[in-house]
Amino acid sequence: MRRTPLYDEHVRLGGKMVEFAGWEMPVQYSGVIPEHVAVRERVGLFDVSHMGEIWVSGPGAEAALESLLCNQVSKLTDGKAQYSAILNDQGGVIDDIIVYRFSRELYLLCVNASNATRDFEWLAGRAPAGVRVANASDEYGQIAVQGPRALELLAPLCKGGGLAGLKPFHFIEQELLGTKLIIARTGYTGEDGVEIFVRADRTVDLWRLLLEHGAGCGVAPCGLGARDSLRLEAAYPLHGHELGEDVSALESGLGWIVKFDKGDFIGRDALLKQRERGVPRKLAGFELDGAGIARQGDTLHAGGEQVGVVTSGTKTPTVNKALGMALIRPDLAAPGTKVSALVRGREIPAHVVALPFYSRRKA
Amino acid sequence: MEFPSGYKFTKDHEWVRMEGDVAVVGITEFAQSELGELVFVELPEVGKGVKQHGTMCVVESTKAASDVYSPLSGSVSAVNEALSADPSLINKAPYTEGWMVKLSGVSGDELAGLMSAEDYKKLLGK
Repeated sequence: MRRTPLYDEHVRLGGKMVEFAGWEMPVQYSGVIPEHVAVRERVGLFDVSHMGEIWVSGPGAEAALESLLCNQVSKLTDGKAQYSAILNDQGGVIDDIIVYRFSRELYLLCVNASNATRDFEWLAGRAPAGVRVANASDEYGQIAVQGPRALELLAPLCKGGGLAGLKPFHFIEQELLGTKLIIARTGYTGEDGVEIFVRADRTVDLWRLLLEHGAGCGVAPCGLGARDSLRLEAAYPLHGHELGEDVSALESGLGWIVKFDKGDFIGRDALLKQRERGVPRKLAGFELDGAGIARQGDTLHAGGEQVGVVTSGTKTPTVNKALGMALIRPDLAAPGTKVSALVRGREIPAHVVALPFYSRRKA
Repeated sequence: MEFPSGYKFTKDHEWVRMEGDVAVVGITEFAQSELGELVFVELPEVGKGVKQHGTMCVVESTKAASDVYSPLSGSVSAVNEALSADPSLINKAPYTEGWMVKLSGVSGDELAGLMSAEDYKKLLGK
């Protein structure tokens, strides 16, 4: 199993280490619920160093990414980031990613840990001559600072004032600890915050600095458990749950990042056909009306037949309801529709609800 | 970590405390700390028969559902209804307020085969 540069820090902080995507990661320190609440009310630190980083560069980089990804790369300007996806020929999702543009000839792709090698091989094998694809996953650590007080924590550490003007889905390069950080105003929790890319060998220094300076903001180190319950409340899809190669981007709710009008890209033909015919299933949110929790793989039923499969489900701390997401028959995907969830042979009444389950109040 | 004397234990981290002829059953402090904060408990119906090592309850954290096995064969005579409103009682007081099920008609032989607090402590390497 692989370890991030922060492994010893996690153990020292009492993190409970578990296997995730081939990595030994903390699932929690003090507990999933207090960590979840810390992010909603104050600020949490997450080690996301297991995520992969892939550089794509060269004069043809923009055109190459336009054909390799479904969102429109040419909409980006320098210092901007964009949520996108790598699709297969059937329109299934190989991975969902964030693309950071440094220049028209230099892009950083942040990809899921479990897919980093697959993504790299897929992109490198399809990039035209003259476009360089480099897997830099081992060179970077990554720390997510998430919560309403995230920027307050960081501001005093970041000289130069670039952070103050940093808008959502933008990034800056920032000198700190004698190294250059990439600070992006992005996240996976539904709260304000940033994700910081840092050289692998300086990751521990940054982690300690953030914990020390964050004490006044009530900072809490947070594990994968809280990351999952936070992203579920915010209805962010997760690869292996809502997203996969056998679920099309249109079915899994990624239609908003599929830009049919930008020209050809891998998966476009299949998705065009699916758009014409209609999707056979659709991602929807649900809430249980009886006691229990429906989890991935449990089925949804209506009118005596199976109409859907749960992709993620839990009882989440902030919303405090048993809720989840499911791939369901499109005619049943409207909020308010009554269904039932089959959990260990027991039918629990449920209804479809609008996503997300949680949105933060905008300042 | 607490290992109350007078309780019996299983290698699956359940405990039994006898109240007269009735066996009170729950999960150990070690089990609750491994599971994390519990957010839901599925209890059996009163009157249901359970077999030793058979699934008796399901406890769920935000992350996962886990089976709780019955340490003894018997018939469910009561369940801890307070857990429906507050499953975290199991985390806060696993050996007292966090009890789960009472069993009647249990066998003395099965009971005698369970571990003492000393043996359970050794199992955990404490």
